Amino acid sequence: MKKPRKKIVPVLGGELEMTVNVAGQGKPVLYLHSAGGYYWDDFLDTLSDHYKVYVPHFPGTAPGRPNDIDKIDNLWDAVIAYEDLIDGLGLKKFRLIGHSFGGMLAAELAAQRPKAVEDLVLMAPIGLWREDAPYTCADWCALGMNEILEVLFYDQKHPRVVRRMMPPSGKDAEALWTVNFIWTLGCTGKVIWPIPDKGLRKRIHRISAPTLVVWGENDRLIPPAYAEEFRRSIPNAEVLMLPQCGHEPPLEQCETLLNRVRGFFDA
Amino acid sequence: MKIACFHLMPYRDLEPDFEKKHKSAWFTLPFDAVADRHKVSQYYNWTLDELEFAAKSGFDGVCTNEHHQNAYGFMVNPNMMGAALARATRGTKTAIIQMGETAVFLNPPIRVAEEYAMLDAISEGRLVAGFPVGLGGDFSYSYGMAPIEQRQRYNEAHDLITRAWTSSEQFAFNGKFYQLPMVNIWPKPVQRPHPPIWVPGNASPSTWDFVTKNDYSYCYLTYFGAKGAEHMVNGYWEKVEEAGRDRNPYRMGFLIPVGVSDTDEKAAQEYGPAAEYFYHKGLHLPEQLLLPPGHMTHASLTHLLTKRPFPPYDELKKMNYATFNDRDFVVCGSARTVTERLINIVKTLRVGHLMILPQFGSLSHQKTMENIERISKSVLPHLRPIWENEGWEDRWWPEACKAEQRAAA
Repeated sequence: MKKPRKKIVPVLGGELEMTVNVAGQGKPVLYLHSAGGYYWDDFLDTLSDHYKVYVPHFPGTAPGRPNDIDKIDNLWDAVIAYEDLIDGLGLKKFRLIGHSFGGMLAAELAAQRPKAVEDLVLMAPIGLWREDAPYTCADWCALGMNEILEVLFYDQKHPRVVRRMMPPSGKDAEALWTVNFIWTLGCTGKVIWPIPDKGLRKRIHRISAPTLVVWGENDRLIPPAYAEEFRRSIPNAEVLMLPQCGHEPPLEQCETLLNRVRGFFDA
Repeated sequence: MKIACFHLMPYRDLEPDFEKKHKSAWFTLPFDAVADRHKVSQYYNWTLDELEFAAKSGFDGVCTNEHHQNAYGFMVNPNMMGAALARATRGTKTAIIQMGETAVFLNPPIRVAEEYAMLDAISEGRLVAGFPVGLGGDFSYSYGMAPIEQRQRYNEAHDLITRAWTSSEQFAFNGKFYQLPMVNIWPKPVQRPHPPIWVPGNASPSTWDFVTKNDYSYCYLTYFGAKGAEHMVNGYWEKVEEAGRDRNPYRMGFLIPVGVSDTDEKAAQEYGPAAEYFYHKGLHLPEQLLLPPGHMTHASLTHLLTKRPFPPYDELKKMNYATFNDRDFVVCGSARTVTERLINIVKTLRVGHLMILPQFGSLSHQKTMENIERISKSVLPHLRPIWENEGWEDRWWPEACKAEQRAAA
């Protein structure tokens, strides 16, 4: 597994510095992580064999910089910060992947900078609302660790899931892992609380990139019904529904996902 | 010292296996599956009866508080209770202590400035204005605001409210969370510049800083015992000293459930089940519901999870009355036992405002009234003179509540 290098990029007129993990060579891919935070996994590692992959930490979630979240007051601030980040990284055209919370941000960014995004992959994105498929921030914030595992995954025993969700050993190390996990939910929660229906529906029509909407058939956190909702709302979108997969396709269906995403990007 | 009667207004008749059937007594508990509406009606009236009786029996003040969507205590608008109590105690020196209406739950929070001013008017200057930060779950799950904003909203609401009380000119308020073009409240409080402010807290150093900076009185609301509180309370007094403030005991309040009986053995019979009900059922609350992500700062959360200053609520279910009473989570026993233990707590923690919870858990109306009477008769007279020889003035007590006590002394 590669060890991505850290790049610091000033945004919001220098008010805030964002931390970006960078690995690989080739055409740029920007990856926006979920409310669970940044995690370098097999999916990103393999992707970086073929592309130059940029993975920013959402403000406040980079190690040692918890108070950075004070610079972001709302979703609008966050979108502007990510726009600045794209400019700061010198990305004129890029491919964009977002997962869950990051999927919502990716959709907002693709609506804000439609011409810059060449291809868009949304994995179980939040951001839309249907009365018949309600979900709220409480669905992932008001859960104990055991409940989170149950809701997030099709197979909790999957080796990649175990690696991702196993806190390090040692009393303080485990406590600090938990602190950072909870804090990351707190930072991302700031711009989407209490229900992540913040007007994307009014902006989503502006997305012009070919879009792949990915969903785990067994996603118990964000209902798979939203796959069709995103497909219908984005002018040029298709759906990849993954069997035996919960809310984390990169962990539970890494190979299938990689093949499809690479095919989608290279088409 | 001053002793007030605190009430939570809990649901008193939860089923014996309630905590096995339901995930939490808070936020997610379905009202219709658990609650009897006529009983609830009775509870609110009992609560008022009990607080009124406490005022008549010799308590110096009555305390109400605010929580939402739970069976632990659902006095959702303490100012409604406060208004009823202010009327019922008209012409007396009983302090109306609102602990309180939680400003950050309301938008705009200027509403608290107005309602407290009304209460101060109705009570003819007997209001103590409690400024709770508010429980994270109430703020974020019941009232839908982002957990990470709570402390900042609190600071801003406090600035808005105190300025609204003290400014003689209309002003525009341009906050990050609250923007108001014309702040010009009617009425203003009777007390000048404003009613005394007490800030309840649960050992958060951020709250200590806020309290000492503003020269308010702090109230430590813990249910984990006076013994466990010592370390925390010392932390508060250190902050007070660092800020260059005096060691006036009236800077410190402390809440504790109390039950008085003829003997220690009888107290175990009378209050044991109610205490266990309170800790096993009322505090049946998973930690993630109590503390939504972001509610605590990264530093405070690190402190909590690495140091564990109080036990996770789930561990309370492994304890029984004997443990709760031994560890001073509750103080129950004969009048003599209770008096001795309370004097020790008050002196150790340097408490000037003691808040006694005579009704807790399932304790019936009848038993609560008896308890209030025994506490008033046999305990309060021994506590009241504790700080007299040190000569401190209680600068956080309404003037209108002082004269009679001076005369009596």
